[in-house]
Amino acid sequence: MLRLLSFVLFLAIWWIAALLVGGAKLPSPPAVLQVMIAEASSGALFLHLGATLARVALAFTLAMSLGSAIGYLMGRVKLADRLGDPWLILLLNLPALVVIVLAYIWAGLTEAAAIAAIAINKLPTAIVTLREGTRALDRSLDEMASVFAMPRWRAFRHVVLPQLAPYIAASARSGLSLVWKIVLVAELLGRPNGVGFEIGVAFQLFDTPRLLAYSLTFAAVVLVIETLLVQPFEARANRWRPRAA
Amino acid sequence: MRLEVDITGKTFRSAAGGTHEVLAPVKFALQSGEVGVLIGPSGCGKSTMLRIILGLDHDFAGHIARPPEARIGMVFQEPRLLPWRSVEQNVRLAAPDVADAKLAELFRILELEAHRDHYPGELSLGLARRVALARAFAVEPDILVLDEPLASLDDALAGRLRDEIATLVASRPVMTLLVTHSLDDAVRLGDRLFFLSPRPARIVAEMPIGIPRATRGEAEIAAIKASLAQRTQGDRTERDAS
Ligand SMILES: Nc1ncnc2c1ncn2[C@@H]1O[C@H](COP(=O)(O)OP(=O)(O)OP(=O)(O)O)[C@@H](O)[C@H]1O
Ligand SMILES: [Mg+2]
Repeated sequence: MLRLLSFVLFLAIWWIAALLVGGAKLPSPPAVLQVMIAEASSGALFLHLGATLARVALAFTLAMSLGSAIGYLMGRVKLADRLGDPWLILLLNLPALVVIVLAYIWAGLTEAAAIAAIAINKLPTAIVTLREGTRALDRSLDEMASVFAMPRWRAFRHVVLPQLAPYIAASARSGLSLVWKIVLVAELLGRPNGVGFEIGVAFQLFDTPRLLAYSLTFAAVVLVIETLLVQPFEARANRWRPRAA
Repeated sequence: MRLEVDITGKTFRSAAGGTHEVLAPVKFALQSGEVGVLIGPSGCGKSTMLRIILGLDHDFAGHIARPPEARIGMVFQEPRLLPWRSVEQNVRLAAPDVADAKLAELFRILELEAHRDHYPGELSLGLARRVALARAFAVEPDILVLDEPLASLDDALAGRLRDEIATLVASRPVMTLLVTHSLDDAVRLGDRLFFLSPRPARIVAEMPIGIPRATRGEAEIAAIKASLAQRTQGDRTERDAS
């Protein structure tokens, strides 16, 4: 109910602002909706959205799985931490744009280069979060598992993983929002389709309704995925915690 | 089966950089079916000794001979349950082979039936301790290690659990190592009592109890306690004299 109210408020402010500054700079909601419908019925909207989502899914999965594994290793093994730390600091401070441009130069304007570049941007934060989570693991529970001779996999699944789950959820959430932003830049610079590409075209033509139509649809999809996928996972990871009053 | 403990020393490096000695040379052995009881002042190194004996801490001088295939049931000083698993899952994860009937029986004895599906965060400390006991019993251990298992339970329940431990020990060839501050528990359960000195711990007195556990009545127990009191009294006067 509150969400609906804030959405209505958003629309109202937009509409009023559009009336004040004029349709060329800020088109009114119906004008944008019209473009949305036109793009949707031609199929272009879904094509571009699909391409972007596929890139997000691939890059996100790649970065999360690789980052979690490396982070876990660095949290557990001191030597790995020592070796990996300088690389991690380098990656953390490398601007996204540099990674994308270099990837396109070295690997060509290819799909693989785009996905790798997006994943590399997300990778270091996933590593840092999971390393933190691994360092915070409760040693006394590890001892319990070893005294009761729990097999490795069972101990990992029931003792370690539940402790890491909140960290994985946090990393997924922050990582997803990072990937949403970077994927558009990567598409703008070197892909012939996707929401980022369309926004680039709209920018060149100064076609504000089209720009807004694509951005807002994209934002809506992000919102839906966040509420339907990420938040329930986060809640599930924390289910056993005694509920606060 | 036989457990041989021969620790020649254990020191901890403190965070400040100093070292402090926690265990002096400690040597004893335990047979299958025997209950050894460690009694000593708080902070003397009992839990540290148990961790070494169980192979959780390798940073010590000396040698431990533990039967390699021995199944271990342990009740840690704190319950150490998995907060994200229910009571029943906690037990089953440690003892995957436990039969349903056996588990039901354990939960009945420990009065945990109503709490099977609760999470550890929803239990009182006494309840959590009982779950830890259930877990240790459920694995049908060859070596049972109990670090103050009856603390924070009321007398009646502690008494019943003590009887339960005695029954378990009698029912299978298990060697038991019990840490307790209660002389009563020690005399009722133990076959051999080891009295430890303050840190660094060493064994100041070893006292075997000749009467089998099953035939120890209240009169015998009182007699053992009296002789113990006399001995410690004697030790004290000796020490005062020297
Ligand atoms: N990880 C550690 N680092 C440094 N010192 C430690 C560590 N663990 C224990 N100690 C010290 O070793 C000594 C013995 O600790 P331990 O837990 O074995 O005592 P305890 O006999 O079990 O005491 P209690 O009866 O209170 O449980 C204590 O002085 C404690 O401060
Ligand atoms: Mg202790």
